[in-house]
Amino acid sequence: MTLTQFVAKNAFRNRRRSALTMLSIGFSLLLLTLMMTVYRSFYLSKGSPESSLRLITRNRVSLVFSLPIYYRDKIKAVPGVVEVVPANWFGGLYLDQKPEHFFAQFGTDPQDFFKVYNTWKIPPDQLAAWQHDQAGAVASAALAARQGWKIGDRIVIKRNIYPVDLELTLRGLYNTDEPADSLYFNMKYVEEAVPRAKGAAGIFDIRVDSAAAVPRVASAIDAMFKNAPRQTKTESEKAFQLGFVNSLGNVKAFILGISLAVVFAILLVSANTMAMSIRERVREVAVLKTLGFTRQTILKLFVGEAVTVALMGGILGSLAAGALVSVIAHSPSMGFFFAGIRVNVPTLLVAWLVSALVGLASAFFPSYRASRMGIVEGLRHIG
Amino acid sequence: MAIPFSYNLRNLRLRLGATVMTAMGIALTVAIAIFIMALLAGLKAAFVTSGDPLNVLVMRKGSQAELSSSVDRPALQAMKYLPGIARDAHGEPEVSPEMVVVIVLPRRDGTGEVNVTVRGMTPMGIEMRPAIHLASGRWFNPGQREIVVSNSIHQRFGHANLGDTVSFGKGEWTVVGVFDAGHTSSDSEIWTDVNQMATDFDRPVFSSVLLHADSAVAADALAHRVSEDQRLELDGMLESAYYAEQTKSGAPIQFVGTVVAFIMAIGSCFAAMNTMYAAVAYRGREIATLRILGFSRPSILTSFVLESIALSLLGGLAGILLMLPFNGMTTGTSNAVTFSEVVFRLQLTPALLLKAIAFSAIMGLIGGLAPAWQASRRDIVAALRS
Repeated sequence: MTLTQFVAKNAFRNRRRSALTMLSIGFSLLLLTLMMTVYRSFYLSKGSPESSLRLITRNRVSLVFSLPIYYRDKIKAVPGVVEVVPANWFGGLYLDQKPEHFFAQFGTDPQDFFKVYNTWKIPPDQLAAWQHDQAGAVASAALAARQGWKIGDRIVIKRNIYPVDLELTLRGLYNTDEPADSLYFNMKYVEEAVPRAKGAAGIFDIRVDSAAAVPRVASAIDAMFKNAPRQTKTESEKAFQLGFVNSLGNVKAFILGISLAVVFAILLVSANTMAMSIRERVREVAVLKTLGFTRQTILKLFVGEAVTVALMGGILGSLAAGALVSVIAHSPSMGFFFAGIRVNVPTLLVAWLVSALVGLASAFFPSYRASRMGIVEGLRHIG
Repeated sequence: MAIPFSYNLRNLRLRLGATVMTAMGIALTVAIAIFIMALLAGLKAAFVTSGDPLNVLVMRKGSQAELSSSVDRPALQAMKYLPGIARDAHGEPEVSPEMVVVIVLPRRDGTGEVNVTVRGMTPMGIEMRPAIHLASGRWFNPGQREIVVSNSIHQRFGHANLGDTVSFGKGEWTVVGVFDAGHTSSDSEIWTDVNQMATDFDRPVFSSVLLHADSAVAADALAHRVSEDQRLELDGMLESAYYAEQTKSGAPIQFVGTVVAFIMAIGSCFAAMNTMYAAVAYRGREIATLRILGFSRPSILTSFVLESIALSLLGGLAGILLMLPFNGMTTGTSNAVTFSEVVFRLQLTPALLLKAIAFSAIMGLIGGLAPAWQASRRDIVAALRS
């Protein structure tokens, strides 16, 4: 019997205990993987490659205030800018206030919209139909599937910010890998019904020609309007979205705090298990020593056992987290913040490393004590 | 006959290492649950105590927030002399046209920028909020570019000391006072003169109008009267009802918090189960002896379940102790209605602590049931021989 086999056999000799420990560590690691994934997607990832070419310009004071529409041509003239479209948050109500009926609605310019979002796929005939119908709308295929819409359906959005109800006809569906479950309509619809909406843009969506141009274009735009009546703030799409997350509070500290608590909790669970299983085997250790096993070998045996159990729990938990994340990313109510996130391989590896380290740390002290215990004392032990 | 509870307590003390480690694991779970509940309790308290019960808030029909509402000047004139509106010492009707905008301010601790509500009002508006008083400085003068900030904004944001200037609209505004709004929703606002604001933001209309009724009955009647007037196209509601609705801002915290606490609770249940199984295995002969002495199976079962619950309660208490220092801590989140930051304090209310204790007891119950069942079913002869 090799040392590895010996470790594997011992790790599962008390099946129930190993299973319970694995489950306990597994659930904690599930949580830890979730937290790490959210953290990564909020703070570490730079967004999808397509979105990294997009910038958003808004009113410097606050999103609530609009920008003059004539800024559009000025922004388009900035070197590096490929295309610019305005987007106006409508904020209306579809059917009722239920979260599953919530989605973003934007008024925009149908002629140029898909030139900015050039990686989003829409059939040319549907695009043309949208451009020709001022009361037309397009939606992401995912949103349409969720709401049960087909092309040609009438969609009524009730008023909130602007005193007009939208009676739209769905003209097209677009497909994209990005989290963009929104509905877009022609901004002229609102402008003609509400005079004060004329000549104003909520934000400008901008596409630049290269990732390298992003910071340069952002500062060039803001510098251009520095002394204008309405100053601008231009940032990458990712940074713009992060602004919403940060408004929820100190999300970073929240995630780190929970992660810390989780790691500490699994350390306790694992240490408790190892302490219990080593206490039961004091006599066995003495026998092993009598047979000529060295202290180091015995130490390795126990540590290996703990790492095996912790690691298996960690693998189970992190894989379950992967499944859970994809459920959350597609859920209607939380999709707004978590759309598009998924567990990636580095996150999994970190989760496994954490569980292995926890196993190691938890076993070290009890196994060290066991390995140091005198043979005679151990053989006499009753327990 | 029941086994004395002190038997269980002694056993917990005997296996001190396992007891402490399991209890600490449960303590962490309980601490997280308490944290989430304290956040929500604080948020709720901030909204529920906001708004005077005699104040009626008037917004455009269909608007869910002051930010997206508008009320024009003719409508204000039409409402000013409605019956039921209280009069001040000079016989003026207590009516305040208000304007609400959201501006961005940098947090003092450098963790980013936050949306803050600026509310324009008339001096009458200040009188209509008797619960709110000046902490330092003075109120703004009408027609001046002066602002008064709430205590929490004064503490949490840079450039919000007396004499500092804040830039929004068409230029700089001077901070002339700090007001104390207790722990209400107004504690997250900046107040200034409504007419000065209207000029700055080129907005000829108000966001909302606040009416002060002379009695609770009149307040209800006023709200109905405004809502039903076809010419006005406005909705009236009690100010307190408007703020109570905003407690839904806690929904994201509640969702995330519930998921986190639930997952951690499952993990803790398994840990407690593990410890209790070990306790049962360790005491096989002891349990058999108890049986021989005449203790019945149900009393063995009860005894071990109680031991598990005691173990978890220990963890629950430790969790409460761990979280007590956080009571009263100030934090903020985004208000789902106003899109601006609402500041509130973590509140460890007695009801919440009871819930935390119940939560830990339930974990103990679930973790202890299976091992206790096993203990009570064990064959006496086999256990004595082991």
